[in-house]
Amino acid sequence: MATNSTTSLLIKRRKDIFQIWVDHQVEDPALRDDLMSNDELRNQSEEFLDLFLQAIKSGNLEDISRTEYQPIVDLLTGISLSRAHSGFTPRETALYVLSLKKAVIRVLQEELENDPASLVNEILNISNLLDSLSLVTFETYIQGREEVILRQTSEMNEISTPVIRVWEGVLALPIIGTLDSERTQIVMENLLQEIVETESNIAILDISGVPAVDTLVAQHLIKTVDATRLMGAECIISGIRPEIAQTIVHLGINLEGVQTKATLASALKYAFSKMNMVVTKRK
Amino acid sequence: MERIPILKMGDFLLVTIQVDMYDRLALNLENDLVQMVHKNGSKGVLIDISAVSIVDSFMGRIIGNVGTMSKILDAETVVVGMQPAVAITLVELGLPLAGVHTALNVEKGMALLQSKIAIDPLDLDMQQDEGVDDDQPE
Repeated sequence: MATNSTTSLLIKRRKDIFQIWVDHQVEDPALRDDLMSNDELRNQSEEFLDLFLQAIKSGNLEDISRTEYQPIVDLLTGISLSRAHSGFTPRETALYVLSLKKAVIRVLQEELENDPASLVNEILNISNLLDSLSLVTFETYIQGREEVILRQTSEMNEISTPVIRVWEGVLALPIIGTLDSERTQIVMENLLQEIVETESNIAILDISGVPAVDTLVAQHLIKTVDATRLMGAECIISGIRPEIAQTIVHLGINLEGVQTKATLASALKYAFSKMNMVVTKRK
Repeated sequence: MERIPILKMGDFLLVTIQVDMYDRLALNLENDLVQMVHKNGSKGVLIDISAVSIVDSFMGRIIGNVGTMSKILDAETVVVGMQPAVAITLVELGLPLAGVHTALNVEKGMALLQSKIAIDPLDLDMQQDEGVDDDQPE
């Protein structure tokens, strides 16, 4: 019964709660008025509060997975996602719901001044409910960030594996960044496809942009070289820095059977000699 | 029983696989090929797998075996026209076909076989001494 009276009490004081809440948010030094205008914030908060009051009208103050909470959870999800994308910090996003708690508690305090027992009880209820809602914000916020990261990874994969035709029959593939399984797969597929299309005999894999070579990266490189050989082309690895040569030997990686060159220039020279071509200066 | 035709071209044997292989067919091919190499004293085997889109570990092993067997019978094996997906599969299966030569297409494969035979000095001697006798019965 007490819960119901609180609910109607909150609905009655909706205007005050809203005012306190928005004031809180606007006064907060962490307010990002560069990312979101005050009007927008006001509209968003009003919609949220309405849905919240709608939801607690049902008397269920515990389980937010029930249907009456669906609209508000959906709204929260949307808010967190859009905040994650527009660059809010997790703290700012979580504070959005938590600041509502302050407002609600303030109003409850005023109303139930003479009844401390039920005041504590109601505060606990509301506080639990808002905590679960803010957890929802947090989960979706992380999810939104995760999506951003995934998108960037795939974009990076797309732009970072160009196959260059340096000469007729010679392809070069500069690898920038770490080689993981997924990237090796993309690199390999692109390279092999290009070999088929251009009928190239020689492929140069330049690893000057690979920060470190460990056993896994070396294994991926060897796989690529083997696959190129199976296609009927020769693969040269170039751009091996002294530190990487040291690591390879210390790790006991066997690069025998793989043609290695220090620079792309010497790899190209080797490719020319393989194709019986000579580069001369005009006299 | 279905068989894959093996064409004789001078010193070389030419095999073009136009269908997706199954185990029995691959075993037959291995058998026929070794017989043919022995019978004709071939110096090179060219296998065109450009139409093969699916390989498994068994197929990979058969190709490797053919290469090794031919080597024992003194013939070089060249596999040509492998599709990218097939190459990736074989590498992932851990079958880099070490004993087999590869080339991008039939033309380049033939050139490779010819150059392999040309640089074998023992062969040159043989051709000078006995080459005429060898070729006569053909």
